[in-house]
Amino acid sequence: MIWNESIECMDGGALRKIQTIRLRKMVEYVYHNTPFYRKKMQELGLSPQDIETLEDIHKLPFTTKTDLRDNYPFGLFAVPMSQITRIHGSSGTTGKPTVVGYTRKDINLWTECLSRCFTAYGATKDDIFQIAYGYGLFTGGLGAHYGAENIGASVIPLSSGNTEKQIHLMHDFGTTVLCCTPSYALFMADAIKDMGIDRDSLKLKAGAFGAEPWTENMRREIEEKLAIKAYDIYGLSEISGPGVGFECECQNGTHLNEDHFYPEIIDPVTLEPLGEGQKGELVFTHLTKEGMPLLRYRTKDLTSLHYGKCSCGRTLVKMDRILGRSDDMLIIRGINVFPTQIESVILDLPEFEPHYLLTVDRINNTDRMELKVEVKPEFYSDEINKMLALKKRIGDKLQNVLGLGVDIKLAEPRSIERSTGKAKRVIDNRKFN
Amino acid sequence: MKMVAKQISIFLENRQGRLMDVTRVLAEENINFSALCIAENNEFGILRGIVSDPQKACDVLKKKNFAASLTDVLGISCPNKPGMLSLILKKLADSGIFIEYMYSFALNHATITVIRPNDLEKCIEVLQRNEVELIDPESMYNL
Repeated sequence: MIWNESIECMDGGALRKIQTIRLRKMVEYVYHNTPFYRKKMQELGLSPQDIETLEDIHKLPFTTKTDLRDNYPFGLFAVPMSQITRIHGSSGTTGKPTVVGYTRKDINLWTECLSRCFTAYGATKDDIFQIAYGYGLFTGGLGAHYGAENIGASVIPLSSGNTEKQIHLMHDFGTTVLCCTPSYALFMADAIKDMGIDRDSLKLKAGAFGAEPWTENMRREIEEKLAIKAYDIYGLSEISGPGVGFECECQNGTHLNEDHFYPEIIDPVTLEPLGEGQKGELVFTHLTKEGMPLLRYRTKDLTSLHYGKCSCGRTLVKMDRILGRSDDMLIIRGINVFPTQIESVILDLPEFEPHYLLTVDRINNTDRMELKVEVKPEFYSDEINKMLALKKRIGDKLQNVLGLGVDIKLAEPRSIERSTGKAKRVIDNRKFN
Repeated sequence: MKMVAKQISIFLENRQGRLMDVTRVLAEENINFSALCIAENNEFGILRGIVSDPQKACDVLKKKNFAASLTDVLGISCPNKPGMLSLILKKLADSGIFIEYMYSFALNHATITVIRPNDLEKCIEVLQRNEVELIDPESMYNL
């Protein structure tokens, strides 16, 4: 099902025209309303008239999370506070939160994006949504809430945490669509089993999972354990929140709402633009935002883009699964390692649970990785040789995929902390100063 | 196979107090150990034991997230004299039976041995043919 066919299935050429017109207007708008961008453009000797085509976007300056922090809290707003109707922000675990402001129109457009998203999952006014994303400064809860209400669905605003209650209400209220992080979905699947609730007594049919990178294997695991369709939802608060992108029924890429957010892929080191299909850092430019529009915002998410018509009928550009974050990337003995690579190895081996903890240390000037991983209950053996063989199996596979040795530590069931939000899977103890 | 006994096996990380945790959980359920041994390497250990109620022990340990399982083993009794064990092991070896692991202790006139052979059925057959005394599971659980 398609929410806004005239946009989502628009001919590629027509979409480029709309994007070009909106980009020119946007550059003009920020030049006159955001002092930060006027200054940056003047430093580059740019005036709004220099931006005529979509290719000209490469002339524009980048924006980073640091720019948002430096202008904390409202320095990048392009409208007076009287026009701001909502303020969200990041959790701020690494310092001050990054703040974003929305006008009423911004909220409406965001809601439109989420309506496209939930409709693509097959959801309608007959569905019951359980929103287990946090409500608050974080965009997940309220974003999904507005989208689900807009398509006419019934919304249970549970927010995150309190797993037992989540599961009881899921059962009693007949939740059909679950919105949460993929790691929390797996956590809930385990808890449902532990509580002795029959999976078939639940009415769940789909899940909108996002806010952290996940893998194809994790999708299989969730779909199997909960007997649902698990769809990716992509977003970040700086751009609007969840719903910047969404998967369709094909489940082979995330469509981006590029009529509102213009995507580019750049090389994270040289900052040069990359072509279709090439892996690099995703960058967005707002085309319609009023409250806090950003030019070429560096998401730090690594992926690639694919153009053309999807078999679902949409022409909106498709993004590959997020491969990792350019700042999550670990450099171990000079080799790039993404936590998602480790995750996919674990999920490929049926003997292991999809939970792990990777610890990186530097011992005698050599980087060492230790991976703590749980064996599934039915695969624990009482013979030491069999346990050592299991250890070797995962160690060899990781060596193959990463090109690096990893010390494997087999752990007891449930000894690795389950997460209720974004999972903490990597501890880097190395000191680089 | 009525002579087959259930042994409780538990995978344990090498962490302080982990063994105590197991014994405490079983003590709380009033379950007694009649035999216990630990196989270990430098990272983890595997506890193997004969308890008064194997199924219940396995269930309560699993509920507490221990990697517990039940394994089929045989208990044999022989006189506590030099050469007795050697004699029995020779019969098994001659019949092509491997022993995955075993543990044993002697008290007064008898030696009791718990063995995990690669082929249970054949092992029982060989032992019975050679008139080795197999201990029935209930007696093992309540030694």
